[in-house]
Amino acid sequence: MDAILSLEGVGKIFPGAVALSDVSLGIARGETHIILGENGAGKSTLIKLLAGIYQPDSGTIAFNGQPYQPKTPHDAQQSGIRIVHQELNLLPYLSIAENLMLESLPRRAFGIVDRKALNSRAVALLQEVGLDIDPRTRVEALGVAQMQLVEIAKALSYDSKLLVLDEPTATLTPPEIERLFSIIKRLKARGVTIIYISHRLHEVFEIGNRVTVLRNGRLVATRDLEGLGVPDLVRMMIGRDIADEYGFDARVVPGKVALRVANLKRDASTPEISFAVRHGEILGVAGLVGSGRTEAMRALFGADPKLDGVVEIGGKPVAIAAPKDAVRHGLSLLTEDRKGQGLLLDMAVDRNITITDLGKVSRNGLLNRRAEAAAANDLVGQLRVKASSIEQAVRNLSGGNQQKVVLAKWLFRGTSTLILDEPTRGVDIGARREIYQLLWMLAAQQKGIIMVSSDLPELMGMCHRIIVFSKNRIVGEVPRSEFDQERILSLAYQEYVRP
Amino acid sequence: MSETTVSAPVSPGRAKFLRFLVRDAGVLLALVLITLFFSATAPYFATSGNALKIFVQIAINTVLAAGMTFVILTGGIDLSVGSVLALCTVVGATVMINESLSPAVAISLALLACMATGAMCGFLNGWISTRWKIPSFIVTLGMLNMAAGAARVVSDNSTITGLPQSFVDFGNLIIGGFLPSIFLIAVLVIAAGWFVLRFTVFGRMIFAVGTNDEAVRLSGHNPDFYKVAAFTISGLTAGIAAMVYLLRLNIGSPIAGVGYELNAIAAVIIGGTSLSGGKGSIIGTLVGACILQVLSTGLQLLGVGDNFKPIVIGLVIVLAVILDAYRERLLRKIR
Repeated sequence: MDAILSLEGVGKIFPGAVALSDVSLGIARGETHIILGENGAGKSTLIKLLAGIYQPDSGTIAFNGQPYQPKTPHDAQQSGIRIVHQELNLLPYLSIAENLMLESLPRRAFGIVDRKALNSRAVALLQEVGLDIDPRTRVEALGVAQMQLVEIAKALSYDSKLLVLDEPTATLTPPEIERLFSIIKRLKARGVTIIYISHRLHEVFEIGNRVTVLRNGRLVATRDLEGLGVPDLVRMMIGRDIADEYGFDARVVPGKVALRVANLKRDASTPEISFAVRHGEILGVAGLVGSGRTEAMRALFGADPKLDGVVEIGGKPVAIAAPKDAVRHGLSLLTEDRKGQGLLLDMAVDRNITITDLGKVSRNGLLNRRAEAAAANDLVGQLRVKASSIEQAVRNLSGGNQQKVVLAKWLFRGTSTLILDEPTRGVDIGARREIYQLLWMLAAQQKGIIMVSSDLPELMGMCHRIIVFSKNRIVGEVPRSEFDQERILSLAYQEYVRP
Repeated sequence: MSETTVSAPVSPGRAKFLRFLVRDAGVLLALVLITLFFSATAPYFATSGNALKIFVQIAINTVLAAGMTFVILTGGIDLSVGSVLALCTVVGATVMINESLSPAVAISLALLACMATGAMCGFLNGWISTRWKIPSFIVTLGMLNMAAGAARVVSDNSTITGLPQSFVDFGNLIIGGFLPSIFLIAVLVIAAGWFVLRFTVFGRMIFAVGTNDEAVRLSGHNPDFYKVAAFTISGLTAGIAAMVYLLRLNIGSPIAGVGYELNAIAAVIIGGTSLSGGKGSIIGTLVGACILQVLSTGLQLLGVGDNFKPIVIGLVIVLAVILDAYRERLLRKIR
């Protein structure tokens, strides 16, 4: 095989987590190589290594037979590797043409931009990706699909040898995807090597030659796509057995409905959703990232505006316009973004815990520091938060201990229904088990628990019931007796593969 | 031991002491050093007369900076305090020279009018910037101009004189021969701020909002309430500072307070409060105000011309911000 890019034993470690471990992989010249994996499997880390955003901690990468060690994204571009990231990197207030050639604007004397050359070259590039649009248009006026194509055109403007597309179809409609695929095929015919990252299993067969599957930072296998089917890919992606680290407690029996959501509509373009969670029940919420799980929970909690819908707590409808209303009615939200939205990173552990209800540790507006310390120490002990003291800044705790502090702050407030969005993301195995145990303790206390997670085995291990989101819609509900990975995954993909 | 970034474990007691050393004692040490330097080099610097003069001179800025500390702690900025002060001086002076009132009533009403006017301007700053999510930099820049204009309208573009003699006398009073009355006011304002920030739920929320307002919102609070309150406090202290101005200069002037906002911000920053919010102390602000005035007076006595003085003071402000960045890194290691 004539490999344009080869990785030998590449690894990348972050504090407390191995993101990529011993990955060896060869990309053949001219092929379209698919990389698959669940969230957190190591796909983005791999791309960031190629892009020069991260440097590997072990192993070597060779590009075109030469050692490839980009220190910055600029180095990567110079070498001929172009990456179209999931988050587009266009400048909205500049024209398409300016965006396309930002790194080397055609110039006349005195550094004045040669507009004529700029626009005519831009037209040629846009033609290559099948965009018939005035290059003087400002990028902000474009739709997402068009921006995507502009990014690809930009990548082409540098005579790229290797094009990396990171989940390019995540936000596209089916006709737009078709168009993108025909362009990919055209590029392939021109001899451009393409690495295509996706988590949409159905689409990869149309364009890919070979597929590499990553799982938990390791390479599972590299195979020819021909002869494989979606079920094979799913098996490779999920693979592991569900060991019983979850401690499903059969003694905990769901009771009356704790929280019911009826016809919740976020905005005019999203469908209505309805679901309910019982006291003492752990309800799983599955779905791909971006399928509207997080958004639905935030809207329900009052964190984002909603258009319509009824929320009932203990059988009574309640008005929730802002998080403070939700909290007053006994709801708690453990956010997906722990550091950005859950914690006061530079403040001490005790202050993070008592923030949900300072009334409990004060009288007439005056803080009772002793009572505060006692309450915080109590919860820190109960949840086994490892901190040097309650005065330690939360920033310096590990991910698992930070998550315990977020849980502690809601326990301090007292809660009837907990919404947990990715509660174990970035949490090491040990702390993860402790969090599971804690959730079972809360379920035994008849709290309602909604658990949103991208980790399907985790949901299957923990939950009484799983509802599945696909493209903002709840497409199914699976009771524990019928749990099946492939069934849940195919539900999650359902709305995306629909023609 | 969890995987913290602390290399050697620091005991809680020692950490507390180290934190004090790095956060508060640093600026205090700087003040002591600067004072010692000028005492040794500048003629007349180390005299009781000069010390009194410095106390008198920092009073206005200290009061303004006390309110500014609240705003900066929430992550905002208030550029309007100088011209709000001007507006309050003319409002206060107008009330005070009303001859139909007895001096005691006139003075009390003037104090109320100053505080109400200032608080109203501050409330508007906060309400507009939170309601329409506009950076406070812009809103208070607008208020700077509006309040300055309003001051001219109210005073009919003239200086107001003729304040009651008892008021003027109180302004010149030096309690026990060492404590100027207006410096006492400044210290009381700082003490009140310190108490609120340190011991009350409200103070805790000010720090929390400045640290991460989204986390505060999702914890079931309304962060905008605290932001508006911080601006209102800043306006209120501008009103109090206007009374101090009247006590010291005995005139209400529509052109008072030009550039005062920058001195107040400088005092807060030199005092160790972070411009990004959530971190700082109001005691530091008092020390910062002292440093500014000691520098200014000391340089003057050294014979450094009025042209060079601002250069040195500007450098000190920049230096303080650079030190602040280092201090943050140190503090993170300690906790």
